[in-house]
Amino acid sequence: MTPSRVRWHLGRVLSRQFETEAAIRLELDVPTWPGNVAGAHLDIRLTAPDGYQASRSYSLASSGESTRVVLVIQELPGGEVSPFLVRQLAEGEEVEVQGPLGRFFVWIPAEPEQSPVQLIAGGSGVVPLFSMASAREREPKGADFRLLYSVRSPRDEFFADELAELSRTIVEIVHTRESAPGAGRPPRRLTREALAASTFPASLSPRIFVCGPTPFVEAVAGWLVELGHDPAQIRTERFGGSP
Amino acid sequence: MTHVDGNALAGAFATTLGIEITVTVGRCRSCGSSFNLACAHVFITAMGAVMRCGHCQAVLGVIVRGFRETLVNLSGLDYIRVPHL
Repeated sequence: MTPSRVRWHLGRVLSRQFETEAAIRLELDVPTWPGNVAGAHLDIRLTAPDGYQASRSYSLASSGESTRVVLVIQELPGGEVSPFLVRQLAEGEEVEVQGPLGRFFVWIPAEPEQSPVQLIAGGSGVVPLFSMASAREREPKGADFRLLYSVRSPRDEFFADELAELSRTIVEIVHTRESAPGAGRPPRRLTREALAASTFPASLSPRIFVCGPTPFVEAVAGWLVELGHDPAQIRTERFGGSP
Repeated sequence: MTHVDGNALAGAFATTLGIEITVTVGRCRSCGSSFNLACAHVFITAMGAVMRCGHCQAVLGVIVRGFRETLVNLSGLDYIRVPHL
């Protein structure tokens, strides 16, 4: 994934399926795609008949060498790009994509890994972390993985079935607004204490990836430092949902 | 408006300057902090993107994509260190 490989590719929609009420799972076939890097993202570019272009970044849900690209896109009401992708883009249609992008917020299985890996997701920030957990799943040996996923309600969960099947990542889901029926505990916002209880302690020096809306990432990154984690071990990716 | 971070500019910098901005280290001219530009605060509008220091909020740079060319201003950075990939 050197920068020289970054260029626009033409992708065709193989399938589309609602992941939640307001998010779509798009599977693209991109014949010239260099491959998916766990945690990386791509830019999608739409061109109007008059030549006007709009592009947005979306994390890859897929990982590994493949020309198949999977995205899960949350609709931002009033947005310029996401409502089109979620509601209108049809199977068989083409879009331009550029990537895979980013070398900072990625997990490369081949790297020798001494410390465990802690993934922390807020809402649709789970997408690149799911990609990392999937990549870890394919490796027979490697670091211990844990995922803490903060999401409004069971209905808003991405990858609900896939997360339940992960065998090499310990998954804990925190519902912030509405619990699962019979969960036996009320919904709760993530706090520093809950974070500490559900993640690898600083004494294990975990590498930490945090992805979510900007306020979530800033709060969690601040708590992690207060809990004694080395800031150099914490990698963050914020999305604000530009409309 | 809320900001995102330097990860969101990976595509713009890769295609314009051929550099991987997310693992490029820059030093803020205003406060002297050095950091990975993936951690810079980035404000994106239809006009373009403004990159600010996460420590002191000074403007580090601006990237504006036009029809025929892209304008890049990195005048808020003393330097950038671009790894050989």
